[in-house]
Amino acid sequence: MVKSVIVNLGQTEIKITKKQKKEDSLFSSLIGSLMALFLAFAVAAFIISLSGADPFLAIETMIKGAFSSKRMIAETLIKSTPLLLTAAGLTICYRAGMISIGAEGQIIIGGIFGTITALYLVSSLPALIAIPLVLLAAGLGGGLWAAIPGILKAKLGVSEVINTIMLNYIALYGLSYLLDKPMREPLGAFPQSSMLAQNTWLPVIWPGTRLHFGFILAILSIVIVYLLLWRSPLGYQMRAVGLNQSAAKNAGIPIARNLILSIVLSGIFAGIAGGIEVTGMHHRLMNGFSTEVGFDAMAVAFLGKLHPLGVVVAAIFFGALRVGSGVMQRTVQVPSSLVSVIQGLVIIFVLMDTFIKNYAVSILKKGKNALAKGGKA
Amino acid sequence: MDANFTVNLIGYLQSTMRMATPLVLASLGGMFTARTGIMNFALEGIMIMGAFMGAYGSYLTGNPWFGVLLGILGGIAMALILGFCSITAKVNQVVAGTGINIFGIGLTSYLLNVVYGVGAKPSTVASFSTVPIPVLSSIPFIGPMLFDQTALTYLTYILVPICAYIVYKTPFGLTMRAVGDYPAAADSLGISVPKTRYISVILSGAFGGLGGAFLSIGTLSIFMEKMTSGRGYLAWATVTVGKWNPFGIFGASVFFGAADALQMRLQALSINFPYQFLIMLPYILTMLVLVGVIGKTEAPHSMGKPYIKGEK
Repeated sequence: MVKSVIVNLGQTEIKITKKQKKEDSLFSSLIGSLMALFLAFAVAAFIISLSGADPFLAIETMIKGAFSSKRMIAETLIKSTPLLLTAAGLTICYRAGMISIGAEGQIIIGGIFGTITALYLVSSLPALIAIPLVLLAAGLGGGLWAAIPGILKAKLGVSEVINTIMLNYIALYGLSYLLDKPMREPLGAFPQSSMLAQNTWLPVIWPGTRLHFGFILAILSIVIVYLLLWRSPLGYQMRAVGLNQSAAKNAGIPIARNLILSIVLSGIFAGIAGGIEVTGMHHRLMNGFSTEVGFDAMAVAFLGKLHPLGVVVAAIFFGALRVGSGVMQRTVQVPSSLVSVIQGLVIIFVLMDTFIKNYAVSILKKGKNALAKGGKA
Repeated sequence: MDANFTVNLIGYLQSTMRMATPLVLASLGGMFTARTGIMNFALEGIMIMGAFMGAYGSYLTGNPWFGVLLGILGGIAMALILGFCSITAKVNQVVAGTGINIFGIGLTSYLLNVVYGVGAKPSTVASFSTVPIPVLSSIPFIGPMLFDQTALTYLTYILVPICAYIVYKTPFGLTMRAVGDYPAAADSLGISVPKTRYISVILSGAFGGLGGAFLSIGTLSIFMEKMTSGRGYLAWATVTVGKWNPFGIFGASVFFGAADALQMRLQALSINFPYQFLIMLPYILTMLVLVGVIGKTEAPHSMGKPYIKGEK
């Protein structure tokens, strides 16, 4: 609907026209996300009931479990922290049109760089200097790892999708090697590094829980991504490249530079997330320390509609799912792998929400038409 | 030649083919969608579902062929989700594929726990055993490598030229290639782009599901969580490395299979070499090969782009 108001100011006339919105409004994309969530849970409930368990009880236990006590709320926020950071980073590169699947590998490399710095370089420095250096190193590692597919894509045209997947595996087995031989704790029975010195541990910010300073950094990262993407020329360029590459090129925006920069930035965020997992949670490097956050973060970024605010909600929701699913498995014996089922479904339904919405609308119109016709006859 | 060395070499060649077979099958599936312009990132999810259903079918009936059938059906079901997302809803195919993979890995792990109980060890099921082909299998080296395998591997040998024939020699193959390269032109000739793409998606599900079933009942006789361990992604890379050609795909798969088998051998022989680097090898080689391949061959033009009537 195009509304226009004509204001007469003596000799001059001003016409104020409300433009038709082309992009989804925040409200309608919110509805879309909620609908996708509902559908995902509906299918999950169906799958639970197939296995003979009570789906409502299972989902209720899962959601309640995540917020049942101070400790559980803290655990939910702890689980959300790396998701928030990584998804914030992915928002940048997805907005620029780089489809990176590589956050998992970047988290791992970030964790490795952070641990090496913490163990061998800054272990005797005061915490105020040591911790920032460790996280900087982690970000550097993630950024470098992301630069590889970025450069290959921008300069040689090789699909970033396949390369980021390959780099995930290379990082995974690189970590396995480092913990097997060079970085293994002396005399240790397990493939893990030595414990980090206390001065490199992130401080706990909620006494009585494990919630650490990383959560504040994660929230900060959301603000940074918002300012970068919507309040800076660089962010404007990146979004332009993502929306229409050839138009951006015609407008004189350097495509290659923006593509590389966007994925490197996302790698830096993922790397820092890896560093935070090591310094805030495990206090040492171990196999599987990243708990596949890199893949969940993709779902978080899309569920959040590639918008920082949406990402916050989606990350906390996924954090809650991770905590709640453990409770669900323990109390009602529904396997916690159901979470992956829900996450996969969420991705699929969120992607299709525009399609679903159009479909719903068109049915509604048909009904109206039929009514109108019926009225006439 | 040292007899021990010969035995090792023959064992290595055999396991090369065993490792290559699921890749060949899944990549052939990927090739069909690639030819019609769909990026099949869901192969991982398709394969894991094939692997689970394969084991489940064999578990139910004790007949691995029934497992193969269920595996194919499971693969098709997963592929149809991709088809709906990319053809009907016209959404980003890579993201849809990723969603399907996460869903597939979660669902199979969930179902495994439901069938065998949480934390319980899955039991072994009936699987395919090797059937040496008389005469052919006694050719030195090549014989045991190619002709001392399971029935599924022999089936794969037959499927490769059949797929090549379909793509290059049949009207349907021409239709597929037209849809992949110039969907608008194909459409103007009265070819249904969605129908052609749906058929290719179903084919990819069948092949991917078969490849997955090979993992659970062709090499082992058990289903394990996440047992595809990235083979679906590797299969998609293989499609590109094999230049969208069934014979090229076969060659690329054998190459990746050889790298995979090498690291397993060396790990088993406990040679003091960091085996992780050998596991990495196929992934590093893929990246290198892609750098080399790109520019010299062209992917189907409409790759990854949904077709919207009347839009250029």
